[in-house]
Amino acid sequence: MQEAARDVAFRHRHLLGIEGLSPEEINHFLDLADGYVDLNRQAEKKRTLLRGRTIINCFFENSTRTRTSFEVAGKRLGGDVINMAVAVSSMHKGETLIDTAMTLNAMHPDVLIVRHPESGAVQLLSEKLDCAVINAGDGSHEHPTQALLDALTIRRRKGRLSGLTVAICGDVLHSRVARSNIALMNIVGARVRVVAPRTLLPAEIERLGVEVFHNMAEGLADVDIVMMLRLQSERMHGAFIPSTREYFHFFGLDYDKLRAAKPDALIMHPGPMNRGVEIGSAVADDIDRSLIRAQVEMGVAVRMACLEILTRDLGNGPPLP
Amino acid sequence: MNRLLFRRARLLDPESGLDACGDLMVEGERIAAVGGGLSAAGRGAEVVEAGGLCLAPGLVDMRVQLREPGAEHMESVETAGQAAAAGGVTTMVALPNTNPPVDDISVVEFLARRAREVKLAKVHTYAAATKGLKGRDLTEMGLLAANGALGFTDGAQAVADALVMRRVLAYARTFDLLVVQHPEEPSLARAGEVSEGEIATRLGLPAIPSAAEVIMIERDLRLVEITGARYHVAHVSTAAGVEAIRRAKALELPVTCDTAPPYFVLNETAIGDYRTFAKLSPPLRSEWDRRAVVEGLRDGTIDAIASDHAPWDQDSKRLPFSSAAYGIVGLETLLPLSLELYHNSHLGLLEVIRRLACNPARILRLPVGRLAVGAPADLLLFDADTSWRISTDEFRSKSKNAPFDGRPVCGRVRRTIVDGRTIFQADI
Repeated sequence: MQEAARDVAFRHRHLLGIEGLSPEEINHFLDLADGYVDLNRQAEKKRTLLRGRTIINCFFENSTRTRTSFEVAGKRLGGDVINMAVAVSSMHKGETLIDTAMTLNAMHPDVLIVRHPESGAVQLLSEKLDCAVINAGDGSHEHPTQALLDALTIRRRKGRLSGLTVAICGDVLHSRVARSNIALMNIVGARVRVVAPRTLLPAEIERLGVEVFHNMAEGLADVDIVMMLRLQSERMHGAFIPSTREYFHFFGLDYDKLRAAKPDALIMHPGPMNRGVEIGSAVADDIDRSLIRAQVEMGVAVRMACLEILTRDLGNGPPLP
Repeated sequence: MNRLLFRRARLLDPESGLDACGDLMVEGERIAAVGGGLSAAGRGAEVVEAGGLCLAPGLVDMRVQLREPGAEHMESVETAGQAAAAGGVTTMVALPNTNPPVDDISVVEFLARRAREVKLAKVHTYAAATKGLKGRDLTEMGLLAANGALGFTDGAQAVADALVMRRVLAYARTFDLLVVQHPEEPSLARAGEVSEGEIATRLGLPAIPSAAEVIMIERDLRLVEITGARYHVAHVSTAAGVEAIRRAKALELPVTCDTAPPYFVLNETAIGDYRTFAKLSPPLRSEWDRRAVVEGLRDGTIDAIASDHAPWDQDSKRLPFSSAAYGIVGLETLLPLSLELYHNSHLGLLEVIRRLACNPARILRLPVGRLAVGAPADLLLFDADTSWRISTDEFRSKSKNAPFDGRPVCGRVRRTIVDGRTIFQADI
């Protein structure tokens, strides 16, 4: 299976976003990750594929789960993973971003995994580096590994992606998860809806290939997948909603609102959840319908696949001039 | 006395409507004669055989950031002067957003002294409308104007408070002074970086609705109705903004406006994948807005074209989009980019020069911008048709931040003259 997968070229040096990828490339990631899910469930999980490779986790924004997920993925494949937490407060915003890039570059890493609070910052960094770069989230732009792990989670439960209807609900305006998922679901032929109050939707969102709803009952009608988004209070400059109480009343997911969806509709959330704000605890913890914990598991497998694909063609010679 | 005779030039003078082949004689600092068959005999004049090149009034750029005093590593009066000379600009008007800001007579005098030392393009300045550009207390407008400030503006930011703006306009009216506004409602533009729409949404960048412009213009126009002050809107960039000014002019309010080349040669797609060189304030707009700006220039609603020259060093621009500074350099691309209006048949050549020289001089009440006997010999000799590519590496400006590198353009400056002195000559 892996030999067949290798035949599909991934035509990029970095993984900066989902936009621009082909359906074949996405399936290539998912097929490879599928194999890693099985490996991760075994007692002996260690591989040597990345032996001798240096992977740096470079997070300019706080994160526990994504950083840990990448760290686990890198270590399972035998790579050396270094965590670098760069609190934004200690940097003068982007002022030293290029300097940071040059410093890291001089250490000859093979893969740099970057999260940054500003949209486009990871791409800027990638332009200055000799190694492969994985975007672990840039501002409100993209979070490609999250979309891939969501796709893998759905594909394993539903057996397909194409033809499904996916509703993405909540703070789309500030969400990189939403943008990456909208792109991915469009590429693989799923139908995408967004459901949110108008203050949490960016302008002309329909141009990205989504149907827009402002009412949960209508937006969730007959959908296969309900993806809830975290209400990003840390990105809220000013008041976008009057209160979390009102938000939950109209847009929080509970069984009552879920009734509109298909009977076998599944629930997802990228985490960390604000229980009682965008999602009720009973729904979130429903083992039959909620995929939230499966998403975390798939995250490690998808990130292992990403690391494998991006390091596959790295030579051992000195960097080209 | 220094004498200079241009022979067989295409003389372009929007003021008198002159567009004909002829000669022009400069004596000392002034234009001595305009006509046909002028002779240099016995007067020891340098003769320039123009051979059909265009001879026009030097450009009057009413919106330039000099960065001196305070940020001389990005630009100075001298380097901006060299850029102006190479761009055919003979008069430039500085914005007051320096450090310290131009809110005190001493800074106005400092700039005047620097301009005398440098002796390139003429340098004038606006003064701040409010002290420290803070939007609260009025500056000493009367004294500043008496010492040379040409108008009053808070530069790259709007006077946000309506009451303060009313007082600025009313006080300016007392002395018949010009007030220049950056047309953007700050509360709607707060933290925004690009125009609201599909591109901002795809890139995940905070967006500014185009309504932020017309809201500020409409508010100010109501205050102009009350106060009667001379009001000028800087870099108009939206269809609604142009339309608001068109209506105000129909009502004969004392309002004028300008735009800058990026707003009629580019649209928001120039941002591409986070190109910070296309990050401007106001932001690049939709194609529909761009066309409305062209139409505003065509029908005369937009009086002037200014470069909106905003020099930034690499450290200010090679940053994530949100952290990068707003603005681009423009002195050296003002003429060729404006000539695109001519080459695309939107404006006649005379009308392009009117918006670059004649109208700004009229708005600022400067005695330049015309080819008249007795007027200062501020002249621009240019070739309207030579095609070339913009190369930012060749800019005289200390900063190279422009999104036009490699752009093919038509029309090139051959010689720039200020008060009869040649300050630039192309080595062609």
